[in-house]
Amino acid sequence: MRNISRDHIKAILTLLPSIILIGVFVYGFICNTFWTSMTDWGGSGALAENPEKNYIGLSNYRDLFTGFLGGGFRQDLVNAVFYSVSLLCGAIGLGLFIAILLDCKPRGEGFFRTAFLYPMSLSFIVTGTIWRWMLAPNGGVNILPSYVGMEKLPLKWLTSTRTILEFNWQNLWQVLLCVIAFFMIMAGLWKLKDETSRAGKRWIVIGVMTGTLAWLFGDILPKALFMEELHGFNLATLGIVMATIWQYSGYTMALYLAGFTGISQDMRDAAMLDGASSAGYYRFVALPMLRPITLSAIIILSHISLKMFDLIFAMTGPDNAETGHPALTMYLTTFRANDFAKGAAIAIVLFMIAATFIIPYLISSYRKGND
Amino acid sequence: MKNIVGKFFFVLCMALLLSCPAPSAYAKDLSGDLEIFSWWAGDEGPALNALIELYEKQNPKVKIINATVTGGSGVNAKAVLKTRMLGGEPPDSFQVHAGQELIGTWVEAERMENLASLFKDEGWLDAFPKGLVKLIGTDKGIWSVPVNIHRSNVCWYIPANLKKWGIEVPKTWDDFFAVAPKLKAKGIVPLALAQNWTANHLWESVALASLGPDKWDALWSGKLAFDSPEGIRAWELFGKVLEYTNDDASSLSWQQATDMVVDGKAAFNIMGDWAAGYLNTTKKLAPVTGFGWAPSPGTGGEFIFLADSFGLPKGSPHKDNALAWLRLLGSKEGSDAFNPLKGSISARVDSDLSKYNDYAKSAAKDFGKDRIVGSLAHGVTANEGFMNDFASVMEMFLKSKNAAVTGKAAQQVATKNKIGR
Repeated sequence: MRNISRDHIKAILTLLPSIILIGVFVYGFICNTFWTSMTDWGGSGALAENPEKNYIGLSNYRDLFTGFLGGGFRQDLVNAVFYSVSLLCGAIGLGLFIAILLDCKPRGEGFFRTAFLYPMSLSFIVTGTIWRWMLAPNGGVNILPSYVGMEKLPLKWLTSTRTILEFNWQNLWQVLLCVIAFFMIMAGLWKLKDETSRAGKRWIVIGVMTGTLAWLFGDILPKALFMEELHGFNLATLGIVMATIWQYSGYTMALYLAGFTGISQDMRDAAMLDGASSAGYYRFVALPMLRPITLSAIIILSHISLKMFDLIFAMTGPDNAETGHPALTMYLTTFRANDFAKGAAIAIVLFMIAATFIIPYLISSYRKGND
Repeated sequence: MKNIVGKFFFVLCMALLLSCPAPSAYAKDLSGDLEIFSWWAGDEGPALNALIELYEKQNPKVKIINATVTGGSGVNAKAVLKTRMLGGEPPDSFQVHAGQELIGTWVEAERMENLASLFKDEGWLDAFPKGLVKLIGTDKGIWSVPVNIHRSNVCWYIPANLKKWGIEVPKTWDDFFAVAPKLKAKGIVPLALAQNWTANHLWESVALASLGPDKWDALWSGKLAFDSPEGIRAWELFGKVLEYTNDDASSLSWQQATDMVVDGKAAFNIMGDWAAGYLNTTKKLAPVTGFGWAPSPGTGGEFIFLADSFGLPKGSPHKDNALAWLRLLGSKEGSDAFNPLKGSISARVDSDLSKYNDYAKSAAKDFGKDRIVGSLAHGVTANEGFMNDFASVMEMFLKSKNAAVTGKAAQQVATKNKIGR
């Protein structure tokens, strides 16, 4: 008993410094930011030594989501969602593809592995500057064809003003319901392939019903904004997506490659003996075994994409609505407009979105640890 | 082993202790450090270096720390400065646009030292134009030393190119719309534009042409609304002008837009007169023969000015050194060393014009006789809150091209930031 308690004391003493530091510098500051976001700290005199701060509740958040001047923030938010989704698909897809190629043990595998992983070691500012030059309208990638005597490409990587998948922010709830219905149907179809098909059918029925209801009677839903405001996926963001995929596909490749190497050769031989093709082996044997890796790649990439700042700043600069991101808006609102309270509100919104990705993951891994 | 580590740390501590500077202020010979914070790097660096050399000659014992943060119009520098000030680590003296940008942010926050006595001692109240002194001060004092005067509404061109294309410099925007389609048909961009802040810069020249100086001033004193018919007409004109700009604008720096004019890819560029320094010093073109200039269309006889200035923050660690720096900046000698290289004119009324190039001579002449109005894009007329929100209003317009809605948004932004309060 004495031994255990001394052990405990030692453990607590060892952990105490980091608990205090994390408590103050992470959780303390999160709380402080949250408090700031509920005040009216900003405007003239915001930078005084003892600035005046009054509690105003949630009105900063209301301004951001429903105010006339919050349009820029809303577009940035929509943009960030599209950016995250395309980054996830791109980086995981490409990383997986390279990993599978390298798993076939081509000659010079080690060289390629390093080559593909190398972009990870660059800072975003460097990546951003390189890609800004490469995607410049009158240089880089666009003039490559002219070296072989062809016309130069007219692509506007970072300066396009086109927007696709536009929707009206007023119909936000309707759109969200449709998206949820879509995912339910997809989940149902996925489940249908398993032998117990009842759950799958249920998902599909509920999904289809929600979808049609939202489609037909969406007008009854309360309007999310008092005026029409179109938001969508700005094509100029594609250039930034490309740069990020270039930087991070090597990372997902390394994750998958480690996973593939961890699968014993016996398993592969057994699958081959049962008549599995290479594609079949990866599809039905290797990938399902690597589900935890896919999950952690999704978690890490999605929160990287939500925090993305330096790459966008280096590639397209501030005040560029076409490639805006809430993290940039947060910085500019705080440190240029001196509107500290609103900047804090944007930071908290970002924090909440990141939490919706990370907390379920933490809970599930915590449960697994307890089993 | 332990002993060695202990000894090592002891030595390290002693070394740190010894290297700490002893506080030796009131000496006649200034010594110690002087940290100057600015965004004058790159093309504008030589002008700052000329000042630093002069300072070092006068105060050889002072070590100057030249803290520059790059970025056009100081976008990055201002943010770095704020974190330093909030963190209680102010530089000894920092660059700031004279006008509301200084007053709205730092003076109202009571972070600046009053320089009124310095102005009186040095006789600067007569050396600088009265209007300018009023602008950098409030009823409580004077807050910064102006170093230069820049003009914002200048239209740049290459005379040889215009001759080749057979066009004249447009005096009004209607003149511009008459020649622009012809240029466009030849594959030449009529007006070169760069990234976002230069759109604000262009807007002020266009809006001044549309409103005229009286209504422009009324806009900033809160007497004229942005969503009034006049205000909306300014946005409409701006929309028409934008049709003749390059479509890769948002990926270019202002130098690259000016390069387009130099390379004959574009006919005109509206940029502040720091472009004269760039064209002259970096591009090695001679004023008048190599490159030409005119007031931007529709603003002849009007001078949109902006001024860089240096202030003294409260809690400056080397106050005496900083005061010597400010004295140098305001002196005739310092001003005439800096401005010819920077491509600006001196804020002093008695500057030695023979040291300046032809552009600066003409600008100084205009400054003496033109109607002077303040610049929005460079912090004279509006506080930083408005400038930031105006940048998103501008983005809104670039995307939607809807003058009426943009005018309304601009008015909301003005109300929120208490313009003309």
